Amino acid sequence: MCLAVPTKIETIEGNRGTGVLAGNRITILLDLVPEVKVDDWVLMHAGFAITVLTPEDAKATLDILSEML
Amino acid sequence: MTRQTNTAIRQQCDRIDQLCRQALELSGSAGPLGIMEVCGTHTMCIARSGLSGLLSDNLKLISGPGCPVCVTDQSYIDRALHLAMECEPRPIIATYGDMVRVPGSGGSLAEARASGARVEVVYSADQAVEIALANGDTEVVFLAVGFETTAPGAALAVLRAHNENVPNFSIMTAQKLILPAMEALLSQEDVRIDGFLCPGHVSVIIGWKAYASVAAKYARPCVVAGFDAPQVLASVEAILAQLASGRTESASVYPSVSAEGNARALELLDEVFVASEASWRGLGAIPESGMELREAFGRFDAAVRFGLPDFPSREIPGCRCGDVICGRLHPTGCGLFGSRCTPRRAVGPCMVSSEGACAAAYKYGPHDRGPRQ
Ligand code: SF4
Repeated sequence: MCLAVPTKIETIEGNRGTGVLAGNRITILLDLVPEVKVDDWVLMHAGFAITVLTPEDAKATLDILSEML
Repeated sequence: MTRQTNTAIRQQCDRIDQLCRQALELSGSAGPLGIMEVCGTHTMCIARSGLSGLLSDNLKLISGPGCPVCVTDQSYIDRALHLAMECEPRPIIATYGDMVRVPGSGGSLAEARASGARVEVVYSADQAVEIALANGDTEVVFLAVGFETTAPGAALAVLRAHNENVPNFSIMTAQKLILPAMEALLSQEDVRIDGFLCPGHVSVIIGWKAYASVAAKYARPCVVAGFDAPQVLASVEAILAQLASGRTESASVYPSVSAEGNARALELLDEVFVASEASWRGLGAIPESGMELREAFGRFDAAVRFGLPDFPSREIPGCRCGDVICGRLHPTGCGLFGSRCTPRRAVGPCMVSSEGACAAAYKYGPHDRGPRQ
């Protein structure tokens, strides 16, 4: 429950965005990141984006995750 | 880990060893120093990478109450079971997957489901509202557990139910705040904590400055880390560098965390919840360490809606989770560890949860040194 994963936001409609996680299209709630734009990377936790990440930080986190899982 | 990372880690461990000696010299006390992590992901990372084995004998990494499932008091699980089995017509219990196998006094939610209870696993609090909207004639109760990372989602679910007037949605809250727990941990006389390795994703919400009060009041460095071994080591090194130079501050080595946290999330928490006393497994009742719905949202409180009784805080016979969570006991010190209690047949939540200290110790082998064969 503590883990969060980086996801790239591909579409935004209202407070909902979509992205791809492990090959699946998922919905991401964007209420906590009002500044988010399409193509931004976010850190997703329990369905919600909790912060916007720089592409570099997102990539570094994804690399760590792929080593872990 | 690559060979390059291994070499870097060894060099860092040497620096840490040096700082440990300096810090001990300055404090004039005998070792070992204790650094506690309060995040399930850190627990797993430290066990998986065997860091404890690489570090000097002058330093002990201690697992604290970081796994949200593990700290949830038995009385909460018993209440959820009561709700699932005794309330008629039976509500749908919507819960994060981690909670379904946690044993209460009369079994787990998974067992309740096998006996006919309606338990649905959700990945977000919002999904629980969706279930309520799709099942208008059935009550849906979301089990709102976790720290500041999950709480904004629970707050948003309540706000959505409020704004869209969803009459059949409510939450049973056991949301917890990490800072009061850290203070409670420091009041234990039998556990030495010289600094805190602070959780990455909780800190995305609350910001690394939030720990400044604990760092100053108790003179303990608090440093936020991401969740891989280099991050954990960087945080440990930063904590020791502070101790070695007589400083105690809050800081972060995790780039995703800002000083102030997520302003929108904090605003939402304040709008929907108010701090209240909460019961923690192992730590007992801690003032202002939980989150209760504000009066304006009282109609979404499942405890009120269903008139749920209070249950006593029981311990599972033989299970030492309470001591493990507070850093008083290493999992292998529990008489049931690895014999009666294994991940396949777990007795307590610290073995049930994939982020629990007992599960980590079991999976990654004796004394957390490398994978178990
Ligand atoms: S090993 Fe099992 S019984 Fe013992 S403390 Fe851990 S979870 Fe509880």
